[in-house]
Amino acid sequence: MTDATLSPAAVPHDGTDAEARPIFREDRKVLGISTEAWPGILAPLGIGILALAAWEFIVWWREIPHFILPGPLLIAKTLVTDWATLSASLWVTLRITAAALIAAVSLGVGLAVLFTQSKWLEKSLFPYAVILQVTPVVSIAPLIIIWVGDINLSLLICAWIVAFFPILSNTILGLNSADHNLRNLFELYGASRWQTLRYLRLPAALPYFLGGLKISGGLALIGAVVAEFVAGSGGSASGLAYRILEAGYQLKIPRMFAALIMISMSGIAIFLTISWISHLLLRRWHESALKREN
Amino acid sequence: MNLAEADRPAAKGAKTLVAVRHVSKQFANGTIAVRDVNLDLARGEFVSLLGPSGCGKSTLLRMIAGLGDPSVGTIDWATMNHDAWGRPARELGFVFQDPTLMPWATALDNVILPLKLSGTNKGEAEARGAEMLALVGLKGFETSYPRELSGGMKMRVSIARALVTHPKILLMDEPFAALDEITRHKLNDDLLRLWEANQFTAVFVTHSVFESVYLSQRIVVMAARPGRVMADLRVEAPYPRDDLFRTSADYAHWCRIASEKLKEAISA
Ligand SMILES: Nc1ncnc2c1ncn2[C@@H]1O[C@H](COP(=O)(O)OP(=O)(O)O)[C@@H](O)[C@H]1O
Ligand SMILES: [Mg+2]
Repeated sequence: MTDATLSPAAVPHDGTDAEARPIFREDRKVLGISTEAWPGILAPLGIGILALAAWEFIVWWREIPHFILPGPLLIAKTLVTDWATLSASLWVTLRITAAALIAAVSLGVGLAVLFTQSKWLEKSLFPYAVILQVTPVVSIAPLIIIWVGDINLSLLICAWIVAFFPILSNTILGLNSADHNLRNLFELYGASRWQTLRYLRLPAALPYFLGGLKISGGLALIGAVVAEFVAGSGGSASGLAYRILEAGYQLKIPRMFAALIMISMSGIAIFLTISWISHLLLRRWHESALKREN
Repeated sequence: MNLAEADRPAAKGAKTLVAVRHVSKQFANGTIAVRDVNLDLARGEFVSLLGPSGCGKSTLLRMIAGLGDPSVGTIDWATMNHDAWGRPARELGFVFQDPTLMPWATALDNVILPLKLSGTNKGEAEARGAEMLALVGLKGFETSYPRELSGGMKMRVSIARALVTHPKILLMDEPFAALDEITRHKLNDDLLRLWEANQFTAVFVTHSVFESVYLSQRIVVMAARPGRVMADLRVEAPYPRDDLFRTSADYAHWCRIASEKLKEAISA
């Protein structure tokens, strides 16, 4: 290297690190899903089908009455015949869940950012967030329903209380987990607080936030359903939990099961959606989303 | 072929860029990381801080960078421009022992970070960033993420980021210590090439005698407990230096002398 010209060609390709290729690789796909993901889908699906068949068989064989345990086929039929009522209720429950989740995300992230800007604020407010978290929602739901009056808003608040904490605490952890040297680097280049937040702390917090969101998605649904049970026993609700209560009173057990299945399916759909968003956001850079060959 | 041990650290004639005067640093836990360090860094010179682990090399380098103030003493800069907030702009680049890249950003976005933080417009920043990446031998890797790069390549990105602002001084804290020997030699060569072309002052922290002799015009040998400067050597070998130099008797000679000084420092 006698001449000091700075063309890229001055770096010889000599089998050292410059020759290395990215270790990231695209997966092969079948029906839009990577070949490696298929066993994880097919195995539980197979178990599920087997279990349903066994269930149907036992109900038929032991002649178990409908009002004790309906078979899966009857439940499926009920899902179809009662679809109009059930889907309207599903819509109510999902709307509350979604609104609660959005509120939990905005308030959780907002407060987390505020807390990391001022230790003093965090010290004085965080204990109350913990209190909110450890108080069982069933025990305060009646109070909230009485105080707030509007039923949908009450349910929203209950679901929010349950969903809020994982996002808050995870985002705080994430915002504080930015690499120490990177923080020094931002300081060296005279980055403002806003720049440090925007370009360093928020991206560093993203995987943590998404982890919290995965938990909160399910919790928001649970919160909405639980609160509605409380409200439903007072006769003033229209979501899926209310349908379950109502069907219980009327001994329409197949409809109860149908509503239950809709709740479970919604929970699974929420979880899968958030996992998918999380995968899209992290797949290029985060350890959790990268596959490596050993 | 003689080793001039300078009484006055700065080379004759060269203008001082940074003057470290009676600097001591004591951490809150009582550790005295460095004690009474005096050091003049001349414009455009290549200096290595050589010493055993724990002798305060990193602490000293970080104080020069403005990360943590000295407990005693001053660090003066010959010229000091001020930024928009009226703070002194140090016009320096810093390379940590780890590449310290943002894992969520591409190589190019990592390199242009300093420009982005200083408000340079995106188009210009990206053009300069791409040019810098090409300069460190990573043309074509602009959109790669750090996870997709090898250790040596990550370090190159880190160097590109430090140089993208065309700093007056480049501070490096054992940047190649974690790399294998072949990659390290290559990066040493590339670093020298960049230094010769761009005329910045280089301060290179290392615990390797061989690396310090290969790279530097001047070696500041430090000792531990408390961290202090023990010797200030001049390596009077011409640049450009290459593999020929690495195998020369000349190189072996300087290595022996630096080793002796280091041994004295450790047993002192
Ligand atoms: N932040 C810190 N707080 C307390 N002690 C520290 C801190 N940083 C470094 N030290 C101590 O200061 C001494 C010098 O450390 P350092 O500058 O990292 O040495 P070197 O880089 O030469 O290995 C060591 O004894 C180390 O333990
Ligand atoms: Mg160190």
